[in-house]
Amino acid sequence: MSDYLLLLVSAIFVNNIILARYLGNCPFLGCSTRIDTAIGMAMSVVFVIVMASATTWLVEYCVLVPYELEYLETIAFILVIAALVQLVEMFLQKSIPALYQALGIYLPLITTNCAVLGVAILSIQEEYDFIQTLVFSFASSVGYGMALVVLTGIRERFAVSPIPVHLRGTSIGLITVGLLALAFMGFIGLV
Amino acid sequence: MSISQEFTKGLWKEIPPFRLVLGLCPTLAVTTAGENGLGMGLATTFVLVFSNLLISLLRNVIPNKVRIAAFIVVIASFVVIVELVMQAYVYPLYKVLGIFIPLIVVNCIILGRAEAFASKNKLLASIADGLGMGIGFTISLTVLASVRELIGNGTLFGAHVMWSSFQPFSIMLKPPGAFLCLGLILGFMNFVSARQKGH
Repeated sequence: MSDYLLLLVSAIFVNNIILARYLGNCPFLGCSTRIDTAIGMAMSVVFVIVMASATTWLVEYCVLVPYELEYLETIAFILVIAALVQLVEMFLQKSIPALYQALGIYLPLITTNCAVLGVAILSIQEEYDFIQTLVFSFASSVGYGMALVVLTGIRERFAVSPIPVHLRGTSIGLITVGLLALAFMGFIGLV
Repeated sequence: MSISQEFTKGLWKEIPPFRLVLGLCPTLAVTTAGENGLGMGLATTFVLVFSNLLISLLRNVIPNKVRIAAFIVVIASFVVIVELVMQAYVYPLYKVLGIFIPLIVVNCIILGRAEAFASKNKLLASIADGLGMGIGFTISLTVLASVRELIGNGTLFGAHVMWSSFQPFSIMLKPPGAFLCLGLILGFMNFVSARQKGH
Protein backbone atom coordinates (compact mmCIF):
# COMPACT_ATOMS: atom_id res chain seq x y z
CA MET A 1 0.00 0.00 0.00
CA SER A 2 2.76 2.43 0.94
CA ASP A 3 4.32 1.75 -2.47
CA TYR A 4 1.23 3.10 -4.17
CA LEU A 5 1.13 6.12 -1.88
CA LEU A 6 4.76 6.83 -2.70
CA LEU A 7 4.02 6.54 -6.42
CA LEU A 8 1.07 8.88 -6.01
CA VAL A 9 3.01 11.60 -4.17
CA SER A 10 6.03 11.27 -6.43
CA ALA A 11 3.98 11.60 -9.65
CA ILE A 12 1.91 14.54 -8.40
CA PHE A 13 4.56 16.66 -6.72
CA VAL A 14 8.13 15.49 -7.21
CA ASN A 15 8.05 14.40 -10.85
CA ASN A 16 5.19 16.66 -11.86
CA ILE A 17 4.45 15.88 -15.45
CA ILE A 18 4.71 19.49 -16.66
CA LEU A 19 7.07 21.12 -14.23
CA ALA A 20 9.65 18.33 -14.04
CA ARG A 21 9.06 16.10 -17.06
CA TYR A 22 8.15 18.76 -19.65
CA LEU A 23 5.10 17.01 -21.12
CA GLY A 24 1.93 18.64 -22.44
CA ASN A 25 3.18 22.21 -22.58
CA CYS A 26 1.24 23.51 -25.59
CA PRO A 27 -2.27 23.07 -24.12
CA PHE A 28 -0.81 24.04 -20.75
CA LEU A 29 0.07 27.50 -22.06
CA GLY A 30 -2.88 27.69 -24.45
CA CYS A 31 -5.65 26.84 -21.97
CA SER A 32 -4.41 28.73 -18.94
CA THR A 33 -6.00 32.12 -19.38
CA ARG A 34 -9.45 31.52 -17.83
CA ILE A 35 -10.13 29.44 -14.74
CA ASP A 36 -13.29 27.67 -16.00
CA THR A 37 -11.53 26.60 -19.22
CA ALA A 38 -8.60 25.35 -17.16
CA ILE A 39 -10.81 23.27 -14.87
CA GLY A 40 -12.66 21.73 -17.85
CA MET A 41 -9.37 20.90 -19.53
CA ALA A 42 -7.90 19.47 -16.32
CA MET A 43 -10.87 17.14 -15.83
CA SER A 44 -10.79 15.89 -19.41
CA VAL A 45 -7.05 15.26 -19.13
CA VAL A 46 -7.50 13.11 -16.01
CA PHE A 47 -10.28 11.16 -17.72
CA VAL A 48 -8.39 10.56 -20.98
CA ILE A 49 -4.94 9.87 -19.52
CA VAL A 50 -6.23 7.17 -17.13
CA MET A 51 -8.30 5.47 -19.86
CA ALA A 52 -5.54 5.75 -22.46
CA SER A 53 -2.83 4.36 -20.16
CA ALA A 54 -5.02 1.41 -19.16
CA THR A 55 -5.86 0.62 -22.79
CA THR A 56 -2.31 0.99 -24.11
CA TRP A 57 -1.01 -1.19 -21.26
CA LEU A 58 -3.42 -3.92 -22.35
CA VAL A 59 -2.45 -3.44 -26.01
CA GLU A 60 1.25 -3.69 -25.14
CA TYR A 61 1.03 -6.85 -23.02
CA CYS A 62 -1.87 -8.63 -24.75
CA VAL A 63 -1.04 -7.88 -28.39
CA LEU A 64 2.40 -6.40 -29.04
CA VAL A 65 4.55 -8.47 -26.68
CA PRO A 66 3.06 -11.92 -27.50
CA TYR A 67 3.48 -11.27 -31.23
CA GLU A 68 6.92 -9.57 -30.84
CA LEU A 69 5.72 -6.34 -32.40
CA GLU A 70 7.19 -3.95 -29.81
CA TYR A 71 8.75 -1.80 -32.53
CA LEU A 72 5.22 -0.79 -33.55
CA GLU A 73 4.59 0.65 -30.07
CA THR A 74 4.54 4.30 -31.19
CA ILE A 75 2.12 3.78 -34.09
CA ALA A 76 -0.13 1.42 -32.13
CA PHE A 77 -0.34 3.71 -29.11
CA ILE A 78 -1.15 6.87 -31.02
CA LEU A 79 -3.83 5.09 -33.02
CA VAL A 80 -5.35 3.60 -29.88
CA ILE A 81 -5.35 7.02 -28.22
CA ALA A 82 -6.89 8.76 -31.25
CA ALA A 83 -9.59 6.09 -31.55
CA LEU A 84 -10.25 6.13 -27.82
CA VAL A 85 -10.68 9.89 -27.72
CA GLN A 86 -13.12 9.69 -30.62
CA LEU A 87 -15.09 6.87 -28.94
CA VAL A 88 -15.23 8.66 -25.60
CA GLU A 89 -16.49 11.77 -27.35
CA MET A 90 -19.25 9.85 -29.15
CA PHE A 91 -20.18 7.91 -26.02
CA LEU A 92 -20.46 11.04 -23.89
CA GLN A 93 -22.47 12.85 -26.53
CA LYS A 94 -25.04 10.00 -26.64
CA SER A 95 -25.28 8.93 -23.02
CA ILE A 96 -24.04 11.67 -20.67
CA PRO A 97 -24.85 14.96 -22.44
CA ALA A 98 -24.17 17.03 -19.31
CA LEU A 99 -20.59 15.78 -19.08
CA TYR A 100 -20.20 16.19 -22.84
CA GLN A 101 -21.23 19.82 -22.50
CA ALA A 102 -18.53 20.32 -19.91
CA LEU A 103 -15.67 18.39 -21.54
CA GLY A 104 -16.70 18.08 -25.20
CA ILE A 105 -14.74 20.90 -26.74
CA TYR A 106 -11.49 19.86 -25.06
CA LEU A 107 -11.55 16.23 -26.14
CA PRO A 108 -10.35 16.58 -29.78
CA LEU A 109 -7.43 18.73 -28.58
CA ILE A 110 -6.27 16.01 -26.24
CA THR A 111 -5.14 13.58 -28.96
CA THR A 112 -2.15 15.79 -29.67
CA ASN A 113 -1.43 16.47 -26.00
CA CYS A 114 1.92 14.76 -25.60
CA ALA A 115 1.19 14.12 -21.92
CA VAL A 116 -1.26 11.36 -22.94
CA LEU A 117 1.19 9.46 -25.15
CA GLY A 118 4.00 10.38 -22.74
CA VAL A 119 2.35 8.80 -19.69
CA ALA A 120 1.44 5.70 -21.71
CA ILE A 121 5.05 5.23 -22.88
CA LEU A 122 6.49 6.01 -19.43
CA SER A 123 4.28 3.33 -17.80
CA ILE A 124 5.71 0.77 -20.23
CA GLN A 125 9.30 1.98 -19.83
CA GLU A 126 9.11 1.84 -16.04
CA GLU A 127 7.66 -1.69 -16.35
CA TYR A 128 4.70 -0.94 -14.09
CA ASP A 129 2.05 -3.65 -13.59
CA PHE A 130 -1.58 -2.88 -14.36
CA ILE A 131 -2.52 -1.43 -10.93
CA GLN A 132 0.68 0.64 -10.80
CA THR A 133 -0.11 1.97 -14.27
CA LEU A 134 -3.56 3.05 -13.12
CA VAL A 135 -2.16 4.77 -10.01
CA PHE A 136 0.69 6.39 -11.95
CA SER A 137 -1.53 7.70 -14.74
CA PHE A 138 -4.13 9.00 -12.29
CA ALA A 139 -1.49 10.76 -10.18
CA SER A 140 0.28 12.22 -13.21
CA SER A 141 -2.90 13.64 -14.65
CA VAL A 142 -3.96 15.07 -11.29
CA GLY A 143 -0.53 16.72 -11.12
CA TYR A 144 -1.14 18.12 -14.60
CA GLY A 145 -4.54 19.46 -13.63
CA MET A 146 -3.19 21.00 -10.45
CA ALA A 147 -0.34 22.78 -12.23
CA LEU A 148 -2.79 24.01 -14.90
CA VAL A 149 -5.21 25.47 -12.33
CA VAL A 150 -2.40 27.07 -10.30
CA LEU A 151 -0.87 28.70 -13.40
CA THR A 152 -4.28 29.97 -14.52
CA GLY A 153 -4.85 31.52 -11.12
CA ILE A 154 -1.58 33.42 -11.50
CA ARG A 155 -2.18 34.38 -15.13
CA GLU A 156 -5.60 35.85 -14.36
CA ARG A 157 -3.80 38.46 -12.24
CA PHE A 158 -1.71 39.54 -15.23
CA ALA A 159 -4.63 41.60 -16.52
CA VAL A 160 -4.03 44.11 -13.74
CA SER A 161 -0.23 43.86 -13.58
CA PRO A 162 2.24 46.24 -15.24
CA ILE A 163 4.12 43.76 -17.45
CA PRO A 164 6.86 45.05 -19.82
CA VAL A 165 5.36 45.36 -23.33
CA HIS A 166 7.71 42.91 -25.05
CA LEU A 167 7.22 40.19 -22.44
CA ARG A 168 3.41 40.10 -22.71
CA GLY A 169 1.63 36.90 -23.76
CA THR A 170 3.43 33.58 -23.98
CA SER A 171 6.74 35.05 -22.88
CA ILE A 172 5.63 36.06 -19.37
CA GLY A 173 3.61 32.82 -19.19
CA LEU A 174 6.78 30.78 -19.68
CA ILE A 175 8.71 32.84 -17.13
CA THR A 176 5.89 32.25 -14.61
CA VAL A 177 6.01 28.50 -15.29
CA GLY A 178 9.77 28.69 -14.69
CA LEU A 179 9.24 30.23 -11.25
CA LEU A 180 6.52 27.67 -10.52
CA ALA A 181 8.92 24.87 -11.49
CA LEU A 182 11.52 26.40 -9.17
CA ALA A 183 9.00 26.26 -6.32
CA PHE A 184 8.16 22.64 -7.13
CA MET A 185 11.85 21.70 -6.97
CA GLY A 186 11.40 22.12 -3.23
CA PHE A 187 9.46 18.83 -3.23
CA ILE A 188 12.49 16.87 -4.43
CA GLY A 189 13.50 15.81 -0.91
CA LEU A 190 9.99 14.51 -0.21
CA VAL A 191 10.28 10.99 -1.63
CA MET B 1 4.32 32.73 -52.77
CA SER B 2 7.31 31.28 -54.59
CA ILE B 3 9.12 28.13 -53.50
CA SER B 4 12.02 30.08 -51.99
CA GLN B 5 9.63 32.23 -49.96
CA GLU B 6 7.95 29.08 -48.62
CA PHE B 7 11.39 27.92 -47.56
CA THR B 8 12.62 31.15 -45.95
CA LYS B 9 9.46 31.94 -43.97
CA GLY B 10 10.37 29.09 -41.61
CA LEU B 11 13.74 30.68 -40.90
CA TRP B 12 12.61 34.00 -39.44
CA LYS B 13 9.08 35.22 -40.07
CA GLU B 14 7.34 32.10 -38.73
CA ILE B 15 10.30 30.37 -37.08
CA PRO B 16 9.11 27.58 -34.79
CA PRO B 17 8.92 27.47 -31.83
CA PHE B 18 9.73 31.13 -31.20
CA ARG B 19 7.11 32.67 -33.52
CA LEU B 20 4.86 29.67 -34.02
CA VAL B 21 4.63 28.69 -30.34
CA LEU B 22 4.13 24.97 -30.97
CA GLY B 23 6.14 21.88 -30.12
CA LEU B 24 7.31 23.21 -26.77
CA CYS B 25 7.86 19.89 -25.00
CA PRO B 26 10.88 18.68 -27.01
CA THR B 27 12.11 22.27 -27.17
CA LEU B 28 12.28 22.50 -23.40
CA ALA B 29 13.20 18.94 -22.56
CA VAL B 30 16.17 18.10 -24.76
CA THR B 31 17.95 21.45 -24.91
CA THR B 32 20.42 20.80 -22.10
CA ALA B 33 23.43 20.63 -24.44
CA GLY B 34 24.06 21.98 -27.93
CA GLU B 35 24.36 18.64 -29.65
CA ASN B 36 21.13 17.27 -28.12
CA GLY B 37 19.25 20.27 -29.49
CA LEU B 38 20.83 19.77 -32.90
CA GLY B 39 20.03 16.02 -32.92
CA MET B 40 16.40 16.56 -31.95
CA GLY B 41 16.07 19.32 -34.57
CA LEU B 42 17.44 17.11 -37.35
CA ALA B 43 15.20 14.18 -36.38
CA THR B 44 12.17 16.47 -36.44
CA THR B 45 13.26 17.97 -39.79
CA PHE B 46 13.44 14.51 -41.35
CA VAL B 47 9.93 13.63 -40.19
CA LEU B 48 8.59 17.04 -41.21
CA VAL B 49 9.99 16.92 -44.76
CA PHE B 50 8.88 13.36 -45.49
CA SER B 51 5.44 13.65 -43.88
CA ASN B 52 4.83 16.88 -45.83
CA LEU B 53 5.98 15.12 -49.01
CA LEU B 54 3.72 12.11 -48.58
CA ILE B 55 0.70 14.07 -47.37
CA SER B 56 1.02 16.48 -50.29
CA LEU B 57 1.07 13.53 -52.69
CA LEU B 58 -1.95 11.95 -51.00
CA ARG B 59 -3.90 15.16 -50.49
CA ASN B 60 -6.51 14.31 -53.14
CA VAL B 61 -6.88 10.71 -51.96
CA ILE B 62 -7.39 11.21 -48.22
CA PRO B 63 -11.09 11.74 -47.38
CA ASN B 64 -11.68 14.96 -45.51
CA LYS B 65 -13.39 13.34 -42.52
CA VAL B 66 -10.55 11.01 -41.54
CA ARG B 67 -7.71 13.32 -42.54
CA ILE B 68 -6.31 13.88 -39.03
CA ALA B 69 -6.12 10.13 -38.36
CA ALA B 70 -4.50 9.61 -41.77
CA PHE B 71 -1.93 12.35 -41.09
CA ILE B 72 -1.10 10.80 -37.73
CA VAL B 73 -0.48 7.39 -39.30
CA VAL B 74 1.84 8.92 -41.92
CA ILE B 75 3.75 10.91 -39.29
CA ALA B 76 3.97 7.96 -36.89
CA SER B 77 5.43 5.74 -39.63
CA PHE B 78 8.28 8.19 -40.27
CA VAL B 79 8.84 8.60 -36.53
CA VAL B 80 9.28 4.83 -36.19
CA ILE B 81 11.86 4.94 -39.02
CA VAL B 82 13.78 7.72 -37.23
CA GLU B 83 13.53 5.83 -33.94
CA LEU B 84 14.96 2.61 -35.38
CA VAL B 85 17.71 4.40 -37.36
CA MET B 86 18.82 6.40 -34.32
CA GLN B 87 18.79 3.30 -32.12
CA ALA B 88 21.06 1.57 -34.62
CA TYR B 89 23.54 4.33 -35.48
CA VAL B 90 23.57 7.04 -32.78
CA TYR B 91 22.74 5.05 -29.66
CA PRO B 92 24.12 7.58 -27.07
CA LEU B 93 21.94 10.36 -28.54
CA TYR B 94 18.99 7.96 -28.67
CA LYS B 95 19.46 7.31 -24.95
CA VAL B 96 19.64 11.02 -24.08
CA LEU B 97 16.56 12.03 -26.12
CA GLY B 98 14.69 8.98 -24.73
CA ILE B 99 10.93 9.35 -24.62
CA PHE B 100 10.99 12.51 -26.74
CA ILE B 101 11.79 10.56 -29.93
CA PRO B 102 8.46 8.65 -29.98
CA LEU B 103 6.82 11.90 -28.88
CA ILE B 104 7.78 13.54 -32.21
CA VAL B 105 4.46 11.99 -33.35
CA VAL B 106 2.51 14.47 -31.24
CA ASN B 107 4.76 17.45 -31.98
CA CYS B 108 2.11 19.99 -32.97
CA ILE B 109 4.41 21.63 -35.53
CA ILE B 110 4.36 18.54 -37.74
CA LEU B 111 0.61 17.95 -37.57
CA GLY B 112 0.11 21.70 -37.87
CA ARG B 113 2.13 21.92 -41.12
CA ALA B 114 0.36 18.83 -42.51
CA GLU B 115 -3.05 20.32 -41.79
CA ALA B 116 -2.34 23.96 -42.63
CA PHE B 117 0.03 23.55 -45.57
CA ALA B 118 0.83 20.14 -47.07
CA SER B 119 -2.82 19.07 -47.39
CA LYS B 120 -3.55 22.14 -49.53
CA ASN B 121 -0.37 22.71 -51.56
CA LYS B 122 1.66 21.15 -54.36
CA LEU B 123 4.55 18.76 -53.80
CA LEU B 124 7.55 21.11 -54.21
CA ALA B 125 6.02 23.90 -52.13
CA SER B 126 5.23 21.39 -49.36
CA ILE B 127 8.77 20.03 -49.33
CA ALA B 128 10.17 23.59 -49.21
CA ASP B 129 7.79 24.44 -46.37
CA GLY B 130 8.77 21.32 -44.40
CA LEU B 131 12.47 21.89 -44.97
CA GLY B 132 12.27 25.57 -43.98
CA MET B 133 10.24 24.88 -40.85
CA GLY B 134 12.52 21.97 -39.93
CA ILE B 135 15.71 23.99 -40.33
CA GLY B 136 14.13 26.88 -38.42
CA PHE B 137 13.22 24.46 -35.60
CA THR B 138 16.77 23.03 -35.62
CA ILE B 139 18.30 26.52 -35.42
CA SER B 140 15.98 27.49 -32.54
CA LEU B 141 16.73 24.33 -30.59
CA THR B 142 20.47 24.66 -31.15
CA VAL B 143 20.45 28.32 -30.04
CA LEU B 144 18.38 27.59 -26.92
CA ALA B 145 20.50 24.54 -26.09
CA SER B 146 23.75 26.45 -26.57
CA VAL B 147 22.61 29.28 -24.29
CA ARG B 148 21.58 26.81 -21.59
CA GLU B 149 24.77 24.79 -21.95
CA LEU B 150 26.93 27.92 -21.86
CA ILE B 151 25.36 29.35 -18.70
CA GLY B 152 24.53 26.06 -17.02
CA ASN B 153 27.76 24.21 -17.66
CA GLY B 154 30.25 26.76 -19.02
CA THR B 155 30.77 24.75 -22.21
CA LEU B 156 29.66 24.98 -25.85
CA PHE B 157 29.20 21.68 -27.74
CA GLY B 158 31.32 20.09 -25.02
CA ALA B 159 34.28 22.53 -25.28
CA HIS B 160 35.14 24.81 -22.35
CA VAL B 161 34.72 28.42 -23.42
CA MET B 162 34.09 30.39 -20.22
CA TRP B 163 36.90 31.85 -18.08
CA SER B 164 38.32 29.55 -15.42
CA SER B 165 36.76 31.22 -12.36
CA PHE B 166 33.27 31.03 -13.93
CA GLN B 167 30.75 29.31 -11.65
CA PRO B 168 28.11 27.51 -13.76
CA PHE B 169 24.46 28.20 -12.92
CA SER B 170 23.35 24.56 -12.85
CA ILE B 171 19.70 25.65 -12.52
CA MET B 172 19.80 26.49 -16.25
CA LEU B 173 20.04 22.77 -17.03
CA LYS B 174 17.00 22.00 -14.85
CA PRO B 175 13.31 22.59 -15.78
CA PRO B 176 13.02 26.11 -14.26
CA GLY B 177 15.99 27.28 -16.35
CA ALA B 178 14.42 25.86 -19.51
CA PHE B 179 11.16 27.76 -19.02
CA LEU B 180 12.90 31.01 -17.98
CA CYS B 181 15.35 30.87 -20.87
CA LEU B 182 12.65 30.23 -23.50
CA GLY B 183 10.45 32.97 -21.99
CA LEU B 184 13.27 35.50 -22.16
CA ILE B 185 14.19 34.51 -25.74
CA LEU B 186 10.54 35.00 -26.80
CA GLY B 187 10.58 38.43 -25.13
CA PHE B 188 13.81 39.28 -26.96
CA MET B 189 12.28 38.22 -30.32
CA ASN B 190 9.29 40.48 -29.65
CA PHE B 191 11.69 43.33 -28.85
CA VAL B 192 13.66 42.80 -32.08
CA SER B 193 10.58 42.68 -34.29
CA ALA B 194 9.13 45.77 -32.61
CA ARG B 195 12.43 47.54 -33.42
CA GLN B 196 12.26 46.38 -37.05
CA LYS B 197 8.81 47.88 -37.40
CA GLY B 198 10.20 51.08 -35.92
CA HIS B 199 8.17 51.37 -32.73
